[in-house]
Amino acid sequence: MTLTLILAIPLAAALALAFVPRNYRVVMRAVALLATFMSAVLAIKMFLQFNAALPGPSGFKFENQAAWVEALGIGYHVGVDGINVGLVLMGAIVAFAAACVSWEIREREKEFYILLLVMAGGVLGAFASLDLFLFYFFHELALVPTFLMIGLWGRGPQKNYATFQITLYLSLGALIALVGLIALYVQAGAGTFDIPKLTEHLRQNPLSISAQGFIFPLLLFGFGILVSLWPFHTWAPLGYGSAPSATAMLHAGVLKKFGLYGLIRIALPMMPDAAQRWMPVVAWLCLGNLVYCGWVAMRQKDFNWVVSYSSVAHMGFVFLGLATLNLIGVTGAVLVMVAHGFLAALAFGLNGYLYQQTGTLEINQLGGLLRKMPFIGGALMMAAFAGCGLPGFANFAGEVTVFFGAWTAYRTVTIFACWGALIIGAVYMLRAIRAMLQGPLPQKWSHVADAVNPWRRFPFVLLLACLIAFGFFPRLLTDKITPGVAEVLRPYSAISTAESRPTMRAALAPVLSKPNAQ
Amino acid sequence: MNLALLLHEWLVIALGLGLLLADLWLPVSARRRLGYVAAAGLGLILVYSAIFVRIGPGEVQYACGHMYALDGLALFFKRFFLLATIIVLLMSVAFVEFIEASVGEYYSLVLFALTGMLFASSANNFALLFVSLELITVTFYVLTSFQRSRLTSLEAGVKYLIIGALSTGFTVFGIALVSGISGKFDFTELAAVAGQYVGNRIFLFGLLLVLVGLGFKIAAFPFQIWAPDVYQGAPVPTTAFLAVGSKAAGFVLLLRVLFLAVPAVTLQWSKLLIIISAITILYGNLCAIPQRNVKRLLGYSSIAHAGYLLLGVAALSSAGQSAILYYLSGYLFTVLGAFTVICLIMQHVEGEDISALSGLSQRSPLLAATMTLAMVSLAGIPPLAGFFGKFLLLQAAIAQGSTYHGYYWLVAIAIIGVVISLYYYFGVVRAVFWSKDVADFSPIHISRPIRASLYACLFGMVFLGVYPAPVVNLATEAVKALK
Repeated sequence: MTLTLILAIPLAAALALAFVPRNYRVVMRAVALLATFMSAVLAIKMFLQFNAALPGPSGFKFENQAAWVEALGIGYHVGVDGINVGLVLMGAIVAFAAACVSWEIREREKEFYILLLVMAGGVLGAFASLDLFLFYFFHELALVPTFLMIGLWGRGPQKNYATFQITLYLSLGALIALVGLIALYVQAGAGTFDIPKLTEHLRQNPLSISAQGFIFPLLLFGFGILVSLWPFHTWAPLGYGSAPSATAMLHAGVLKKFGLYGLIRIALPMMPDAAQRWMPVVAWLCLGNLVYCGWVAMRQKDFNWVVSYSSVAHMGFVFLGLATLNLIGVTGAVLVMVAHGFLAALAFGLNGYLYQQTGTLEINQLGGLLRKMPFIGGALMMAAFAGCGLPGFANFAGEVTVFFGAWTAYRTVTIFACWGALIIGAVYMLRAIRAMLQGPLPQKWSHVADAVNPWRRFPFVLLLACLIAFGFFPRLLTDKITPGVAEVLRPYSAISTAESRPTMRAALAPVLSKPNAQ
Repeated sequence: MNLALLLHEWLVIALGLGLLLADLWLPVSARRRLGYVAAAGLGLILVYSAIFVRIGPGEVQYACGHMYALDGLALFFKRFFLLATIIVLLMSVAFVEFIEASVGEYYSLVLFALTGMLFASSANNFALLFVSLELITVTFYVLTSFQRSRLTSLEAGVKYLIIGALSTGFTVFGIALVSGISGKFDFTELAAVAGQYVGNRIFLFGLLLVLVGLGFKIAAFPFQIWAPDVYQGAPVPTTAFLAVGSKAAGFVLLLRVLFLAVPAVTLQWSKLLIIISAITILYGNLCAIPQRNVKRLLGYSSIAHAGYLLLGVAALSSAGQSAILYYLSGYLFTVLGAFTVICLIMQHVEGEDISALSGLSQRSPLLAATMTLAMVSLAGIPPLAGFFGKFLLLQAAIAQGSTYHGYYWLVAIAIIGVVISLYYYFGVVRAVFWSKDVADFSPIHISRPIRASLYACLFGMVFLGVYPAPVVNLATEAVKALK
């Protein structure tokens, strides 16, 4: 029941808020905070209880099942393995942090908190579901509030355009993925949408090469649009630039990972032949994210756009990790997904605070802010370091693991990717930080105030703590992720899996020891 | 002759005649209430039908020779029409201030149109098909032009009359050719011999002309020209009734003709159906983009939805047929909810421009919620009815993809259509929530019956989206009649 509660509490709270009178603002905020807090606590409890070593009957734990539309083989089925237990944890914590920073919303709070809670329940549900239909259903449940929130509480002059662009673009991606999922269901012929059953069925009776050949690209590009795979990333900067902070935190941090999770959970294990054919293409496309989008980020004048482009760039690591199709690479990809979730939420949350204080995020308008706001400035600096891949933050652990995996598979791509990640990432992040936080403080910003109230600081401290905790102890995650990934990668030649199990430990040794040594 | 089978029809006719008589004797001020009487009467018939009328899966009972068939499909659609008419009648009560002519006539005409639809859902013979089609169409001529002093209403009536009469002519000619060649009027008998005429050009031509008449009813390309003008000009309850009742009647007849009368020919027409479906989807969605008049916008969107529904017909499978039934059920709540909102706002704001919706979220949260959910459901986004309907339709089409690759192209076009439609549906949602120039903030009074029907529509949209199993089972049972 734990898992069902984690996703049901926010949804139930959203329903309850619908009956709260409009002027009870404190109540609404309290309900939203309490609901997300409870689901975060339950997620932490589940994460700590999760033991990858204990073999379950289906490989999944905390499972719940119920009939839904039996005629079509659709059921309510949720459960976690090593891959999504971390994602659910990350999603629940980010949702709580997003509810915390929402004090900046001052109008139509009722609708805002309802949408926020629906979005939180939707993302958690999407990561928990083990049924293709449910998986898509929850994702859309989270996506629609995103559009409405950008349209209603968004900022900036291009808000309306941004709303339409992100709505049409992401819906197109989601629909392409939906066609892929339906085609998968039809072609598998198992008469069920249940993911574990389908995976098992397809392991016994693999899809024909031609069927895989048209379903896999549908999923790859459908999900790719949702994850802003280059060249389908153009919705992201404007969308995030116009979104209210809580929405950007939840979307960039959590919801965007849905596509990646879909590829890992569905596309890789069910269509191994097509995956092997398409992954080299993905490896080169991910350079578009890492190098090109990083380059574009350097030229941005608005800090929100820098962060948005950097969040697009970071998706490149995940795609590179997936493209390796080996245990180390995919494990690293999942690690980056979790780490980037915290990081993106932190960065967009801090941006929201800055914007709330100054009314602009134009880099050349700002300067010297560290003196006026030591806490926010310091947190922003740490987020920037994490974004550049500094050891000690969870991102470093994930990125290095991806590179270890990628080195065996795509050497040229890895060289470019390292360059893009280490040099370009550092250049745009540090340059923006220098211009905004250091130097003389313009007269007009003399009124800005730091976050002094501990409650205002709390969400940022929480996210930073997670980044650092998983940065120093990535084994908290990798020990859970590795068996899950090994299960997913089982169709890819039994030999490589058997061999890489010991190699995994060896390869991870520097990752595990290095931060501790510092 | 087993006339007891025609129970639904008898009761509705009796109710309609009773209303006409009551209209003569009642004082003018009381006539408005007759709408509630009619709705309550239909509600009783619906309850009676749901409790006492039972038909086993695949079982058929005939009346009037073989002319009238009562099977699962007929029963499903009869209940569908009854439910739709109840909501339309409640809407009409709110609308009567705008009708100068005698109100009672309006209600009884709605009931007579309903009778036509009830007969259509049971038609097992070209004669009954034609008569029920005419009963629906002729009453709609009057219903469309009921606001006699409003020029647009008259214009809509005339356009509907001319194009309707033309398509009726085609239908009669087609029926003459088909029965002239085969010598059969009865669908069951025709099905037995249709295989012989698969290569007969005159027979096929006749059948095509019958489809022209049905294409007119459902507003499929290329017989969709009338829809936007008539939707815009007709009184709001009539438009709503056209969008749901008349379209569904067209589809039940289409299903009966294609899958019961001439299954052998239908199998060969998959390409034709795919092409018509694809063009209808694209036409409806593309033309809806620049519209500013809400009723006209919904007119074009109803063309697009006819295209999606035809996708289910083109799939030529029982999965596709049950998807149509499911989609129509969701469409009923969605479209009637949207038109009820439009009907209420029209009372307070001049003009039907989208901007009339601005500030609705402040003026009436219930209306704003209904309109938003209706648009989201029409766009096909979970967790609402429209999504699950589209999901079923797409699944039916993709399942046929391995037999013929054209289905994949049709699915691709449907996806493009959905993305286009998001643009204009969100334009409506935007007007409801975030428009800057709001003229007045006066709250909108909603009477209790209308409130109930709005809640029913909301409930229907959400229930069908979140818990589709019962209606999916009903639809699956109903289409067993088709083979």
